[in-house]
Amino acid sequence: MKRRLIAALARLVTGVRLLHAAPHGAGPAIYFANHASHLDFVVVWAALPAEARELASPAAAEDYWGRTALRRKVACGIFQSVLIPREGITRENNPLDRLGAVLEQGRSVIIFPEGTRRQDGEVGEFKAGLYHLAKRFPNIPLVPVHLDNLSRILPKGSLLIVPLIAQAHFRAPIHWREGEPKPDFLRRARAALLDESQPES
Amino acid sequence: MDRDIQILLGAVLGILVIASVTGALLSGRARSDSARQTIANLNARIRSWWVMSFVFGAVLVLGPLFTTLLFACLSFLVMREFVTLTRTERADHEVLFWAFFVILPLHYLWVGAGWHGMATIFIPVYAFAFIPFRRVLTGETRGFLMSTARIQWALLICVYAVSHMPMLLALPLKNYEGQNAKLLFFFVLTAQLSDVLQYVWGKTCGRRPVAPRVSPHKTWEGTLGGIGSTVLVSTCLWWATPFNPWQAALMALLICLAGFFGGLVLSAIKRDLGAKDWGGSIAGHGGYMDRMDSLCFAAPLFFHLTGFYFGTGMDPAPPEWILRVLGR
Repeated sequence: MKRRLIAALARLVTGVRLLHAAPHGAGPAIYFANHASHLDFVVVWAALPAEARELASPAAAEDYWGRTALRRKVACGIFQSVLIPREGITRENNPLDRLGAVLEQGRSVIIFPEGTRRQDGEVGEFKAGLYHLAKRFPNIPLVPVHLDNLSRILPKGSLLIVPLIAQAHFRAPIHWREGEPKPDFLRRARAALLDESQPES
Repeated sequence: MDRDIQILLGAVLGILVIASVTGALLSGRARSDSARQTIANLNARIRSWWVMSFVFGAVLVLGPLFTTLLFACLSFLVMREFVTLTRTERADHEVLFWAFFVILPLHYLWVGAGWHGMATIFIPVYAFAFIPFRRVLTGETRGFLMSTARIQWALLICVYAVSHMPMLLALPLKNYEGQNAKLLFFFVLTAQLSDVLQYVWGKTCGRRPVAPRVSPHKTWEGTLGGIGSTVLVSTCLWWATPFNPWQAALMALLICLAGFFGGLVLSAIKRDLGAKDWGGSIAGHGGYMDRMDSLCFAAPLFFHLTGFYFGTGMDPAPPEWILRVLGR
């Protein structure tokens, strides 16, 4: 109930529309979006239909969201995030393993394959994490989400929200193809997010 | 509640019932796909008209405070659409925050308090200076004039112009005390009826486009037929206004013409920004700005002309010869 209210509030502030149905059908998915604002994961999460939203765990940076008890409570309690480390990565705290564990429980994840927030409104090159995840879970659909205008609502380096209308475009799901090399797959995933190519049949 | 207001709102209710019945009858008769689409859009528009008429009628009855609050919300929503479509830079972010959360509420505070002296100059004088002052602090010079001009236009159109509608409620007029809600009703009805009738005339017998590059669906037939029939209808409402019949006709014509050009200007801006609609918030119509565009430029013109000719003359009077030339 509380989560539904927060999602409705997030949609009201950002103008993002609620999806009537998850773009991949039922079951878990790997949502990947371009990254420009702290609001990005909230917006993807809030746009999903309630059942899909309950199933989704946004990836959140541990060095930020895990630092204080309050932030941890917001990230893990409300948004059911997976905290992943960005620095000092070892075999024990490998972010892919943490995301993998969540997917193995039958939940979805929301990730940002660019790795960091862009400030120019463009979509940067994708890092390898998406590829490893896609290869490890070839049966889970990868749903590209193109976010628009969020860097104008809450840009990096600002704490002020300007109430413009954002958009979250959910594209047709893609899968890793057996034997597809890493650079090809990442290029294809980025093109799918930008809607530059036809979705696979 | 004023008896006149009851009659006026009753008339709107009647028009809506007729529109809904007509829409329902038409939807059974559409043959081709394009006709079906047009009728579906028409019915979506009529359904939205019910909601908009209900909200507007309700705040008119509830009084100036609620009317001012409604227009403050509308200003916020249209400015949100306007700024979303324009290209803004990172350096505009803080200025925009001021525009949405400080300038807009302060301006409506003056409007709600009935301090017209301040409401008339707050945005053209104080906000006009503040926006470039704040923007220059960011140190970003690229696109400076364009950026500040865009935000100044956004405030002028979406906040300053729109707020002249609730300002009508506190405009002191001769022999019209306590009846200003009807003046606001006359203005909004005329402007919106003009839009509706231009649409109806254009759809039924529109041939020659009047401004094909700016607004391809506007035709000479639609514009002239729509404006002509609106002036006729609005003239019949003279009894609810401070005007006599021919004054009401001239005022209605002014509202229609300013509305027509206002619609064209905002259409040109929209096209320049590469969009078809300002948003998707009102089913069948587009965004809030698609519904407000004809009101924006007409509202301050109507406000000041009405005040000049029918006001109680609170401002210092202009010289005698100017009054003679302007016929007051």
